[in-house]
Amino acid sequence: MSIQVDVLKKVPVREQEPAVRAKNFEEVCLGYNEEEARAEASRCLKCKNPRCVQGCPVSIDIPGFIKQVEAGNTKEAYKVISLYSALPAVCGRVCPQESQCEQQCIRGIKGEAVSIGKLERYVADWARENNVKPQVTAEKKNKKVAVIGSGPAGLTCAGDLARMGYDVTIFEALHEAGGVLSYGIPEFRLPKSTVVRSEIENVKNLGVKIETNVVIGKSTTIDELISEEGFDAVFIGSGAGLPKFMGIPGENANGVFSANEYLTRSNLMKAFQEDYDTPIAGGKKVAVVGGGNVAMDAARTALRLGAEVHIVYRRSEAELPARVEEVHHAKEEGIIFDLLTNPKEILVDENGWVKGMTCVKMELGEPDASGRRRPVEVPGSEFTLELDTVIMSLGTSPNPLISSTTEGLEINGHKCIIAKEEDGQTTKESVYAGGDAVTGAATVILAMGAGKAAAKGIDEYLSK
Amino acid sequence: MFKIVRKQKLAEKIYLMDVEAPRVAKSCYPGQFVIVKMDEKGERIPLTICDYDREKGYVTIVFQTVGASTERMALYEEGDSFLDFAGPLGCKSELIDEGLEELKKKHILFVAGGVGTAPVYPQVKWLKQQGIETDVIIGARNKELIILEEEMKQWSDHVYIATDDGSYGFKGNVNDKIKDLVNNQGEKYDLVIAIGPVIMMKFVSLLTKELGIKTVVSMNPIMVDGTGMCGACRLTVGGEVKFACVDGPEFDGHLVDFDESIKRQQMYKTEEGRALLKQREGATHHGGGCGCQG
Repeated sequence: MSIQVDVLKKVPVREQEPAVRAKNFEEVCLGYNEEEARAEASRCLKCKNPRCVQGCPVSIDIPGFIKQVEAGNTKEAYKVISLYSALPAVCGRVCPQESQCEQQCIRGIKGEAVSIGKLERYVADWARENNVKPQVTAEKKNKKVAVIGSGPAGLTCAGDLARMGYDVTIFEALHEAGGVLSYGIPEFRLPKSTVVRSEIENVKNLGVKIETNVVIGKSTTIDELISEEGFDAVFIGSGAGLPKFMGIPGENANGVFSANEYLTRSNLMKAFQEDYDTPIAGGKKVAVVGGGNVAMDAARTALRLGAEVHIVYRRSEAELPARVEEVHHAKEEGIIFDLLTNPKEILVDENGWVKGMTCVKMELGEPDASGRRRPVEVPGSEFTLELDTVIMSLGTSPNPLISSTTEGLEINGHKCIIAKEEDGQTTKESVYAGGDAVTGAATVILAMGAGKAAAKGIDEYLSK
Repeated sequence: MFKIVRKQKLAEKIYLMDVEAPRVAKSCYPGQFVIVKMDEKGERIPLTICDYDREKGYVTIVFQTVGASTERMALYEEGDSFLDFAGPLGCKSELIDEGLEELKKKHILFVAGGVGTAPVYPQVKWLKQQGIETDVIIGARNKELIILEEEMKQWSDHVYIATDDGSYGFKGNVNDKIKDLVNNQGEKYDLVIAIGPVIMMKFVSLLTKELGIKTVVSMNPIMVDGTGMCGACRLTVGGEVKFACVDGPEFDGHLVDFDESIKRQQMYKTEEGRALLKQREGATHHGGGCGCQG
């Protein structure tokens, strides 16, 4: 092998140059080629008792597939992954591996963990490019399951149930399947037409039907799906799509967006492409309020639309909830971080447009209930940022539409559906739930794990 | 795909279409709306439901060409299909759940402005079907822009027409007609439901506040998803932020911040203008009109 492998370090992955990629929507990370993948795979110790598998919410046989990559049997590697995950090309790209599989990797104790995510991505991309599909083997069970929402939780649950032989229909409110994979995560992290669409096609190939433009709670209800359309069980994977605002003056000015709106326009409606009809106000000087992955996505989108972009976050860099890799990419591209800074008011011109934002400096005080040091205002430190666009990225909560229209489905104080963690069972018989609808906004892979657990729960329930 | 089974030009720039959408037709009520996306590259356009036929599975929409997308929509013919048609969205009119006994005690006046006549129609029809008679004012700049007059008369004995230029019916705007009915004709109303341009709804609300008549308006802000996930349609009602797509579109007219809403509607004026221009230029270059070379 011509690549020199330092067992303590990951084989580097090729990326677009920051100066180039800051001006386009092409994928930032170019991924491994075969040679690089095999070299990286050789770093894996193939542990007998693999801790990495415990770190993966869907328990992929990681050493099993990596062994096949190292040997050059990529097709076999894909078969191994397909037993556990319906969306490997997505997960390899967007999972926070550093706090999941890779955090557990033995190699990480002295040196860098094996690049499990990049290897998974390599295998899934290879399968797509070589037209290798997941296998369907199950015998038909003659039972119908409805899945509400086509995000990561719903797709995983539907895929697993189809593999068990159930007749599965996904109902999606938007015109395109994928949930946050389609409207939330930008093209430059997760290409839509290639990666997302083809993984959704793979789920359809397992026999899953997807009906778009159906808003459960409006077009029909869960109770009607059961009583009138003959579904034997229902899985709710409707996510947490309701955006939060700060409630500060000026927030309804023109040029103030929720990150959901900004990203939906750009990602789902492709407003960044000339030949699509949906407009987007790109902005010249943009502030994104918040420090999560969604904030990084919104900031890097605005940057690519030509703006100078500031991240305004009330705590310090150490507390940024976004993935380290995303923060690193954002910095490389020229996003300015205004840390320990909190907005007080959005300033509006006479035509109703944003002209600036009054902010105050913060310092970290005593730890609060969550154990994080609480930010407190520094008296007299107010200053004004001149801006034409503000994007609020303060988190989201579940939409009450489904819980309020389903008889006997209970929610908690955060409007999250109450469901058992081990099998997704809700307070209503034959209805299961998982993902952000249950936990509040979390990660793609946790939603997939919940979808998987619920598929098992539904199978047990319907096998009684 | 959602097939257009009937198309009718109601007035200059105003079109009616019956669209085959069984799920929507089965579950929709007056006051709700749909989101239409014409094709792959199209935007999501919110349109109020004007009528529905549960048995046939048809939903009627009425739209006015105001920008690039609606102009393109007007070129669709019977037999063509929309790629996406999602709904019903929003809350049904409060009237629907109010209880018949309560409703029967009320004298209700509908005020419809221009293309806003379309969303008024299903409410008037629904009330008549419950045995409740209502009064309706249809207002427009001139006679040519009055729509759905005959259809409305079918479900209401008192349909008043008001034109700014006096070319048909009462001369004056809808507010002049409301004053005429209340002050000169001795009509007493318990509820006004006004649907039309925001500026009209604003002035109707100002007048009815003076007159002390409870007023409901149907807001039409910019929308993207129409399901509550983005807040593009947010507005201020009684000092609180509401999302028109899930909390509305109908609100208490005496509590809505209309000036803020009017400003928010202007947000993409330049982009819309640009898209329209591009389309017109496209037409001169290709003679096809919509880029489909039809």
